[in-house]
Amino acid sequence: MALIEVEGVAKDFVVHRARGRFRRERITVHAVQDLTFSVERGTILGYIGPNGAGKSTTVKMLTGILVPTAGRVSVGGLVPWDERIALARRMGVMFGQRVQLWWDLPLVDSLELLRHMYRVPADRYRDTLAALREALDLDPFIRTPVRQLSLGQRIRGELAAAMLHDPEILFLDEPTIGLDVVAKQRVRELLLRANRERGVTVMLTTHDLADIERLCSRILIIDHGRLIYDGDVNALKERYGTERVLVVDLEEPQGPLVVEGGRVIKVEGPRQWIAFERSRTNAAQLAAAVATRASLRDLTVEEPEIDDVVRRIYLETRP
Amino acid sequence: MAELRQSLSLYRFLIAARVRAQLQYRTSFAIETVAAFLISFLDFVAILIIFSNVTQLGAWSVAEVALLYAVATLAFAFTDLVIGHLDGFPGLIRDGNFDLMLVRPKGTLFQVVTGDFQLRRLGRVAQALLVLAYALSALSIDWTPDRALVLALAVPSGVLIYGSVWVAVICVAFWTVEGREAANAFTYGGAFLAQYPINIFDRWLRTFLGYVVPMAFIAYFPALHVLGKTDPLGLPAVLQVASPAVALAAAFIASVVWRFAVRHYQSAGG
Repeated sequence: MALIEVEGVAKDFVVHRARGRFRRERITVHAVQDLTFSVERGTILGYIGPNGAGKSTTVKMLTGILVPTAGRVSVGGLVPWDERIALARRMGVMFGQRVQLWWDLPLVDSLELLRHMYRVPADRYRDTLAALREALDLDPFIRTPVRQLSLGQRIRGELAAAMLHDPEILFLDEPTIGLDVVAKQRVRELLLRANRERGVTVMLTTHDLADIERLCSRILIIDHGRLIYDGDVNALKERYGTERVLVVDLEEPQGPLVVEGGRVIKVEGPRQWIAFERSRTNAAQLAAAVATRASLRDLTVEEPEIDDVVRRIYLETRP
Repeated sequence: MAELRQSLSLYRFLIAARVRAQLQYRTSFAIETVAAFLISFLDFVAILIIFSNVTQLGAWSVAEVALLYAVATLAFAFTDLVIGHLDGFPGLIRDGNFDLMLVRPKGTLFQVVTGDFQLRRLGRVAQALLVLAYALSALSIDWTPDRALVLALAVPSGVLIYGSVWVAVICVAFWTVEGREAANAFTYGGAFLAQYPINIFDRWLRTFLGYVVPMAFIAYFPALHVLGKTDPLGLPAVLQVASPAVALAAAFIASVVWRFAVRHYQSAGG
């Protein structure tokens, strides 16, 4: 049995909307519809989609916060909303927008409280905390009250809080939000190591596509409450990201080049962006063709950006 | 049992951490405590003003009302100390932070109740103790073991009753975000009314206070027993010793209401 199993899940919300001065209208919003997927132990899964697509509703159903309107969910063999406390011991959750740490207590006190709450044995707590302090560089602010931390520091603290009890499953919402490049890298390494060494399963939502490319072995894309893509990152690029861009720097600025198999999409002084289909030509052929028409100073090839890819899927699947 | 011990040790740790944090700002703590003392003392001043015009209030002397007041206030002050932050509960729901309690391995009610601890509210406790000392010295109570027991149990029972009412009414927040004023009418309003002998109130208010929201069991009935007074309302004497039982029943009802409300939250949410 897979660690996470979701079968035919739907979640409706009833909202009331004012209509005229006194009348209210009941409207049923289908936040999530007919969602089916399963996640094997040890996967790092990226769960992406635009705001309001149903990402957080899904995560809330997996963590036992919400009960679905229809369908079946099993996480670690448990029904999340019925066996909430048993599941809570085995999972770590971080919501980027919410503060789980105690606002007016120093970070270290919050962690100590969580140790009591999750009943982490003292010696294991010492080891785990030491590792997290190192990996997330917590020491400079571990004695500071949480309300005085910067966003980046707080996110690192939250992540430490989510991982303190060695959970087998991590649900992370925007785990690198507000972090600088170095801190982002540390967080990614921490997650990769937990995954590699202890087989921790991670499900994360993010707007940072570098997170997806560096971390995730598989992604799910959701839009309007429906799953529109389920597969690995490379396959996604293969399927939707066949167009690449050759960026050429010419000696002299000139009008858009006309080259076989390529199409100029942008001109900026002496620099031009030439899009091409990988199936029709390749960068070397294209560069050679450019060289016959102008003198080249430099060139680079841009890989498809995953957000372009995602955008193309949205456009394709939208009615 | 192990579960209970673990919860208690967690709560002790939480209180210790909060007290440490609050005592870091000594001046602010001192000012707030004194302010809480003085503001709550005004309630008693109001009673003294009434007695400057009358010698009896519904067949109760000033010292007798002081006892009633002290028991009610002490119970309320302790409740406020422990769960006063429940005032902010609608905000917790509105901002979606209640979600966090559902992903932790502890009961939600436990987490909400232990969510804060405001040491400055001790000011009100001090004020109530002062009035209690005055009442006990001014009255010549014929002490018997059962009277002492009823008085001793009145305060913890009262805390449980206030706490239960508080928890039950804030459940409104699970349905409507604007429920705060309605909740306050029961909690602070009820606390105010419990400081007076209920026989001075109108019949419908009395019924409401006595049975729907069992505020009469916080101070009125226990005080009758301790003072050996005949009930001006002529109600059965067994009610005067029923506070602990009423408190347990109230706690049970509150926990059922809470569980029902959380279930509703889980199937609604947003």
